[in-house]
Amino acid sequence: MAGGGNGEVKLLGTWSSPFVLRVRLALSLKGVSYEYVEEDLKSKSQLLLESNPVYTKVPVLIHDGKPVCESLVILQYIDEAFAGIGPSLLPEDPHDRAVARFWAAYIDGTFLKASGQASSGKTEEEKAEGKKHAAAAVDNLEGALKECSKGKPFFGGDSPGYVDVVLGGVLVWLHAGDEMKGVKTFDPATTPLLAVWAESFDALDAVEAVMPDVSKLVEFAMAWIAQAAATAAAAAAATKGVFGSRTKWNGTEPFRV
Amino acid sequence: MAGGDELKLLGSWLSPFATRVKLALALKGLSYAEVEEDLCNKSELLLRSNPVHKKVPVLIHNGVPVCESVIIMQYIDEAFAGAGPSLLPLDPHERAVARFWASYIDEKLVIPWVRSFRGTTEEEKSEGLKQAFAAVENLEGALRECSKGKGGFFGGDGIGLVDITLGSLLTWAHAAEVMSGTRIFDPARTPLLAAWMVRFDELDVAKAVLPDVGRMVEFKTKQARALAAARASDSK
Repeated sequence: MAGGGNGEVKLLGTWSSPFVLRVRLALSLKGVSYEYVEEDLKSKSQLLLESNPVYTKVPVLIHDGKPVCESLVILQYIDEAFAGIGPSLLPEDPHDRAVARFWAAYIDGTFLKASGQASSGKTEEEKAEGKKHAAAAVDNLEGALKECSKGKPFFGGDSPGYVDVVLGGVLVWLHAGDEMKGVKTFDPATTPLLAVWAESFDALDAVEAVMPDVSKLVEFAMAWIAQAAATAAAAAAATKGVFGSRTKWNGTEPFRV
Repeated sequence: MAGGDELKLLGSWLSPFATRVKLALALKGLSYAEVEEDLCNKSELLLRSNPVHKKVPVLIHNGVPVCESVIIMQYIDEAFAGAGPSLLPLDPHERAVARFWASYIDEKLVIPWVRSFRGTTEEEKSEGLKQAFAAVENLEGALRECSKGKGGFFGGDGIGLVDITLGSLLTWAHAAEVMSGTRIFDPARTPLLAAWMVRFDELDVAKAVLPDVGRMVEFKTKQARALAAARASDSK
């Protein structure tokens, strides 16, 4: 990637996806320009299907015609392919890099997984378990921030890095969820470092430039919940209808042998 | 290895994740002290070194721990860049492809495959196996792409991150064939991977590191019996 220009950079995404937002944050922090393509997930483009045949998901970064998929893979790609441009996302030292990768994997594999279970678990018990694990994960992340930041404002130190972007992509969704539930995921009483981190991150110019509006996300989430409830109600009504007609059948002519 | 480097690996012969680290260290010619953990009675050192997950493998380098097998492999590649072959290619796009497939193996192959041994119902087990086979089909395509015109490994002429990530599962693959006749890398379905498996098994590092199939079969058989007995007594 040495020499003139970044090459052609295209990002396939959706405005509400935290995983897409991570990529936008990284590109914004590094000052890499790109063409953004908003996908309709109910009608995925040929380009998306061809570029990510394994998962057919966003984000996909296409650089000089070559696709890169999966947000954590894309972030590391951006760091390496655009190494000369803007700040580095990952630290220099191999051990610090391993620690950063560990916490990024933890955010997805443990924190988000538990948060997902807390909201979409099939039973109340599953949801409660998810909530408990998510809270424990937040405590661990507070510890991680203490360890990684070494007294500075970000996981990356003086300026945001890989873990900041990985968690930062999710941050606006945490704000939306907090507003809807009347809670604070990064409560200043229990996770003071994370509470300050969230404010510092939100205040960055590069972040303000790409973060969606919290109120738009709340609207989106409410519409999604209403839609899901309507689908569930319709399914329940259809089942009732079947039983109703069965009772009728038992009493009427066609059953007479 | 540079003077004064102390490497210790907390692992278990049973864990393919620990096997990955052993393969990577062997490939790069790095010596280390191996600590066999009893996963039912974890050492203080393990609990201290991996307080978040309390799992193996943990690589401790000069007293400093690194956790998570794919992260450890990248650490080894970076901290010992001069030793032996690289685990990841140089080109950023090729590196991204390797990371993608390493992550895919853990998410889409390992998880359902484990469910196919340990699922609570026959339905869960057969669904797990079906998903594992679907993942293997995608990996066949990946191998075709990655090994284009070269020595038949994901890493090209020599093995790399993806080969090691997948190769660590070969003892399970052989054990499953002995125990149930299932061939996860079936030459009829995925010929490139079936050939890759033979090629991998022949490597010196594989012969030195991969656990014995007979020992794995014995363990898995006992484990299955114990699980069945526990579930039978639960339902009484």
